Amino acid sequence: MAIVQPRRKTPRFADTQIEMAHGAGGVASRRLLEGLIAPYFSNPVLQAFNDAATIDVAGTSIATTADGFVVRPLRFPGGSIGELAVNGTLNDLAVSAAKPIALMATFILEAGLPAGTLESEVEAMAIAARKAGVFVVGGDTKVVEHGQADGMYITTFGVGELDRRVTLDAATIRPGDKVLLSGPIGAHGITILLARGELDLQADLVSDTRPVWPFVAALLERCTAGLRWMRDPTRGGVATALNELAREGSWGIAIFEEQVPMDDAVRGACELLGLDPLHIANEGQFLAVIASEHADAALAALRAVPGGERAVCVGEVRAEPKRCVIGVNGYGGTRVIDMLVGDPLPRIC
Amino acid sequence: MKYVDEFRDPQVISGVAREIARTVQPGRRYRVMEVCGGHTHSIYRHGLRDVLPENIELIHGPGCPVCVLPTGRVDDGLTIADRDDTILTCFGDMMRVPGTKGTPLELKARGADIRMVYSPLDALRLAQQNPQKHVCFFSIGFETTAPSTALTILRARALGIENFSVFCNHVTIVPAMRAILDSPDMRIDGFVGPGHVSSITGCRPYEFIARDYGKPVVVSGFEPLDILESILMIVHQLHAIEARVENQYKRIVPWEGNMPALAAMAQVFELRPYFEWRGLGFISQSALAIRADFSAFDAERIFDIPGVRVTDPRGAQCGEVLKGVLKPPQCKLFGTECNPEHPVGALMVSSEGACAAYYRYAMRAAVEA
Repeated sequence: MAIVQPRRKTPRFADTQIEMAHGAGGVASRRLLEGLIAPYFSNPVLQAFNDAATIDVAGTSIATTADGFVVRPLRFPGGSIGELAVNGTLNDLAVSAAKPIALMATFILEAGLPAGTLESEVEAMAIAARKAGVFVVGGDTKVVEHGQADGMYITTFGVGELDRRVTLDAATIRPGDKVLLSGPIGAHGITILLARGELDLQADLVSDTRPVWPFVAALLERCTAGLRWMRDPTRGGVATALNELAREGSWGIAIFEEQVPMDDAVRGACELLGLDPLHIANEGQFLAVIASEHADAALAALRAVPGGERAVCVGEVRAEPKRCVIGVNGYGGTRVIDMLVGDPLPRIC
Repeated sequence: MKYVDEFRDPQVISGVAREIARTVQPGRRYRVMEVCGGHTHSIYRHGLRDVLPENIELIHGPGCPVCVLPTGRVDDGLTIADRDDTILTCFGDMMRVPGTKGTPLELKARGADIRMVYSPLDALRLAQQNPQKHVCFFSIGFETTAPSTALTILRARALGIENFSVFCNHVTIVPAMRAILDSPDMRIDGFVGPGHVSSITGCRPYEFIARDYGKPVVVSGFEPLDILESILMIVHQLHAIEARVENQYKRIVPWEGNMPALAAMAQVFELRPYFEWRGLGFISQSALAIRADFSAFDAERIFDIPGVRVTDPRGAQCGEVLKGVLKPPQCKLFGTECNPEHPVGALMVSSEGACAAYYRYAMRAAVEA
């Protein structure tokens, strides 16, 4: 089958109104960011579109990141908005090879929110921060009228210390490099979907929200040399994260479809609902591209960390087709795996 | 996972693919139409094109519910959402189908109360939860979804719910297949018959295709192995100069169909004298309307529906693609003005639409080259 390679092009924002798809993390989100917002703030740090921005302060490089959390329901099996806010922010730092140091958090609260709900979320944040060894050092609170927000929203700002042993840069990726995945995908997105109770589906499933720093730290300890790139595949899933990477390069990425780990509940829900698990959000996984000769050591390092037992090599960088992500299956069938289009799922983070 | 893994076993699939390659006669072309959008999706999703010989040509049929819904009916349905006291509900696929004033999703972003449901029963539940509102279900689909709409209407009546209605757009597959067979540019050697539709209708309705038109029909499942096996069965029939209806999907499809489902449909629905299909035009007795007996639940009788007819957007060649005359990328708008994010024609909307499947899985941005 002829697969025609897309050219790299800067998106233009011509949409007349904001829709849910602009927040889904896929094609529309990217167009909003690169086509409307970034041009106004244009600078080299922003233009890299990394999970965390590196800035120099008096000769020291620090990694910074900001995030917003609007998930509904506020509590779901395996986590809650507070825990998500801490882990999500720290994970953006971690996949930039930055050891998280401190967080700030702003709460947008809806009048009428039970104080107990707020307190349990603050407590969830405190526990998650303590586990990760970071302090929440500041923030803000604002209250909006009843009906103007969905209980509560949290925005965060995080600071981390860059690990100087490694330089992550998509430009160093070469055909032959391996793509590693830290564990099973889709648990978070499907958990939220089911937790909303709008579907008559039940599954024994919990969100995968967790800090990924222990896994990143293991990679940094054991195989700094071949580590080229990392990303946490949150909104838009693995497919979107890899497409964003592939579009920057002069190579493509092949995913071995049968190798992608996922729980049967996730797979079953996706089959039933017509969703592609590769588009489903994750909150406790990350992808790494690593030089082929270091891949085995890297996998061993990941699997040695508790919770990393199901880490696998899910794909590889190939010279052709360029700027594409393709899925390859065990009988030689191929398909293009595109970014998420539209908004298949409710607010998930 | 049971009923999935055994039909995706790479070794078995490779075996059937090799058998097809061994069986086909070199120099002969085999033009096979997969009627159902679910098959189209599966063919691309699993890369089956890559394992089939070049001389088997797959033509994508009209069995995608949102694809065949004309723009006029979309506009008609969306007028119901204009009313302040009404919640319009529809399947997820419908949310991105463009009407003249925008897609349901765009209207929702502008404030209309339009909600996605996974089943008409969810819409009925919404009506029970919102007694001060009227809840209308924008029903689409072939015989696959029509029974659940019928049963929902029966339940609404049994429960005495008065704030619920259905905007009925159910269509039936056989008249569309006949229209394609009668089309002068038809070039099809055999059909991969619809699987889910047949689980309701059974296999008998296709017998005229074999008898009157001399074309094999193999009712097929949706897994990669199902589709390859069905193609092989069609090839065998063609070589034997036979034309029969065969059932490859026996684990789901009873030859006689699903009697209780057909009975519910017959109780609630009657055939419309004619109905407009996108690309295929008006086809007589090809769609279902709600019987007068259930008019309290019929949105077309409750609301003042304008009944507009809208021509397809200029340049869009949905009709030719639906009939299998053109391949998706041969349409002038494919990939440029019409893409999955901003579909002009409905074939680009649903993952079962030939254009969307082609765009997503095979030739993203084909026209950029």
